[in-house]
Amino acid sequence: MQLEHTVESDNPTQSPRETFVLNVGPQHPSTHGVLRLKLVMDGEYILAVEPVIGYVHRMHEKMGENRTYVQFLPNPSRIDYLSAMHYMHAYVGVVERALGINVPPRAEYIRVITSELNRIASHLVWLGAFLLDLGAFTPLLYAFDDRERILDLLESVSGARLTYCYYRFGGLCNDVDAAFVEGARAFVKHMWPRLKMYHGLVTENIILRKRLEGIGVISAELCRKYGATGPVLRGSGVACDVRKLEPYSVYNEFEFDVPHFGDGDCMARYKVRMEEIAQSLRIIEQAIAKLPIGPIMAEKVPRVVKPPPGDYYFAVEAARGRFAIRLVSDGSEIPYRLKLRTPSFSNLALFGEAARGLLLQDALALLGSLDLVIPDVDR
Amino acid sequence: MTIAEPYRLVAYLIGILAFVGLNAAYLVWLERKVSARFQRRAGPTEVGPEGLLQPIADALKLLSKQVIVLPEADRLLFRLAPAFVMAPAMMCLAVIPFGANLGARDFNLGLLLVFAFGSINVLAILLGGWASRNKYSIIAAARVVSQNVAYEIPMLLVVTTLLLSVGTMNLREIVSQQSGGVWHWNIARLTTNPLMPILFLIFFVCMLAETNRAPFDMAEAESELVAGAFTEYAGMGFGVFFMAEYANIVVGSAVGTVLFLGGWDSPVHVLPGVFWFLLKLYGLVFAVMWVRWTFPRTQFYRLLNLSWKLLIPTSLGALVLTALILKLR
Amino acid sequence: MNTLLDELKSAFANAAVAPGGGESVKPEASALRVLNVQIKGHQLDVTVTAGAVVAAAELADRFGFAMDTITGVDWIGSGEMEIVYDFFHTQHGSHLVVRTRVPRDNPAVPSIHRVFPGANWHERETHDFFGIKFIGHPNLTPLLLPEDADYHPLRKDFTNAA
Repeated sequence: MQLEHTVESDNPTQSPRETFVLNVGPQHPSTHGVLRLKLVMDGEYILAVEPVIGYVHRMHEKMGENRTYVQFLPNPSRIDYLSAMHYMHAYVGVVERALGINVPPRAEYIRVITSELNRIASHLVWLGAFLLDLGAFTPLLYAFDDRERILDLLESVSGARLTYCYYRFGGLCNDVDAAFVEGARAFVKHMWPRLKMYHGLVTENIILRKRLEGIGVISAELCRKYGATGPVLRGSGVACDVRKLEPYSVYNEFEFDVPHFGDGDCMARYKVRMEEIAQSLRIIEQAIAKLPIGPIMAEKVPRVVKPPPGDYYFAVEAARGRFAIRLVSDGSEIPYRLKLRTPSFSNLALFGEAARGLLLQDALALLGSLDLVIPDVDR
Repeated sequence: MTIAEPYRLVAYLIGILAFVGLNAAYLVWLERKVSARFQRRAGPTEVGPEGLLQPIADALKLLSKQVIVLPEADRLLFRLAPAFVMAPAMMCLAVIPFGANLGARDFNLGLLLVFAFGSINVLAILLGGWASRNKYSIIAAARVVSQNVAYEIPMLLVVTTLLLSVGTMNLREIVSQQSGGVWHWNIARLTTNPLMPILFLIFFVCMLAETNRAPFDMAEAESELVAGAFTEYAGMGFGVFFMAEYANIVVGSAVGTVLFLGGWDSPVHVLPGVFWFLLKLYGLVFAVMWVRWTFPRTQFYRLLNLSWKLLIPTSLGALVLTALILKLR
Repeated sequence: MNTLLDELKSAFANAAVAPGGGESVKPEASALRVLNVQIKGHQLDVTVTAGAVVAAAELADRFGFAMDTITGVDWIGSGEMEIVYDFFHTQHGSHLVVRTRVPRDNPAVPSIHRVFPGANWHERETHDFFGIKFIGHPNLTPLLLPEDADYHPLRKDFTNAA
């Protein structure tokens, strides 16, 4: 654990206030991952923040230029391991768009079910970790209990608990069996009353409300300038969801709302994510009810994937926001350029401006409400 | 069997040391088990039956660690701070009556002594934080001082209000006045003073804040300041701070039991008084742990606001009202 | 949605006639010179000269677009580097792509961080990976690479032995 022992202060004969630099991270219980924050503080108030990133930079984009399309398949899951299904969806989606492959409906429905289950699992981790930052130790374990059920379901169908590699170009690698469908149905039934319990135990708690209401207000304009998306943007009143604006897969066949609250504070972002869990449950219910029978793999998928030369773009609504891939292909079997646009990168960029003038505790509450996964920031 | 006075006192003091030591060690075990059950886990189960030997294993581990004293740290104060935290807890227990005839010293100013020694706790944490010469520790120590000062005031006001009603500072007499069943305990003695339950509530909240327990655990706000004032302590130095926290909880709960819950009095005269005293004591300790694992942490200014803007006016009001009631009687 | 793109397309076309604002690379390229405008599905693809990116960003800002990402593509075959600016819209499903090409041996483009503060980090990252200089950027130090990195990994002539 590294702590700076030097105290830098402005020249005391010239300025009346003495500021010091506090280093939060790279190893710190509150930064979710390896993130370093250089805070210039005046007592308990933050004057300036500079996030220092790059500690988990693995250069996925360079890996994309050194592997064939099929060899790169396991990589997207590792970028944001908590919502790996969405990232895989974007990657197979962009290649399918390039090759002009139509994915059979059963595969699309299963993709939606697994993606929404993954979204719920990711939000449960956020809930636990965020409350741990605020000092409530117990909800973490309750959330992980619910998450275990999802992980068991996804493990039975993809073989992995966290970094799935389940989608393939043109469909899926495995079909789901009746046990999975029953398990998903049982999970949804189990989760609705649990959401009520979380609201009763956590959301209505006066200490939590005082801790989050009015704290860390981010305006919609700030979000737009920085490109912040996901619950950060929706917590500032903008109902922007890629599943509704640029529908992909079969999302336009389901009925669901896009929760958004206008306050822009930590409480609004909290409520957005809790509501999103409810909406994901709705989607899963509808998808299970309408699950079609049929093949899970498209018919004419080439063995050697060589998209025609050009520029392709695919965006998905991942758990943290808008994840997009821009693929530049030169006709060979290795991508020419694979650009990954990750939500946490843009969400963290606005932290510098949003945290100015806050108390240290409130800034950490704001950081938790942004729901960052640092490997997602660094790629 | 009567023993000569000095020997009796020494025996009792050794007994208190043993009591504090045992409590400090096994309250950790209790906390881990209680928190585990709240969180749907099992807690320590490996070492000994139900993990009962876990504290011994932990103590051995802490003893075997190298005590690192940083070169920049102030040597004397750094080593003194843990002792200063542990000693007052033991001193306070010397005047608390565990049973009808069980008390190390029957002191006429027992109540005053307890609160006098309780205040040393703050000084010790400040010493520890300051002597570490670490930014995080200093911030935490400053927070602890503000918090403890703010919460001592309502606590003392509440106790003064209680004093008005009971008329004595001798802890044994306070308990004797409460004998005769549940309705005679101070918390339920609404005829003496209708504000008793409120006084107990304020006392409980202040006790949580004085012992730096969640939701008032600014001093060691783990997720913000790592380990707060104790960041730089390793091995047994940290162990002593940790034990002292539990010793303080025991003292606070013991004082609460004596003042409000009737001490060793019981409605059913089945077992000796000390058993009931311990039952009530550990009931309060369990409540303290329960609160910790249920609520998140407040913000620092809200904590201070709670004290200065809510608790102090309330306890002042209670004091004035009690004085009026007594005058009109 | 399509009307927005049509409006945007005509805005680009009109702005190309009159000189636009913004910082420029060479004095003669201060106008928003649009080289190509195309609507593909819900995406408007605009190619501009290097000096015109700030004006293009201002146009995007005026139409309510949000900063999506900035990246580079190293066309080593033609000796150029392409810088791609992506913008998405929060109310409509439209997408705007602004492209520009600069010579590979001295790639430089004005920074748009005054229009979109979010471009700050994207430009630093593109500089990290390609060595493209963003003129006017306040802090073009490595973001993801180590502080003392002087190599640019995504250039096509980068060898791992560097």
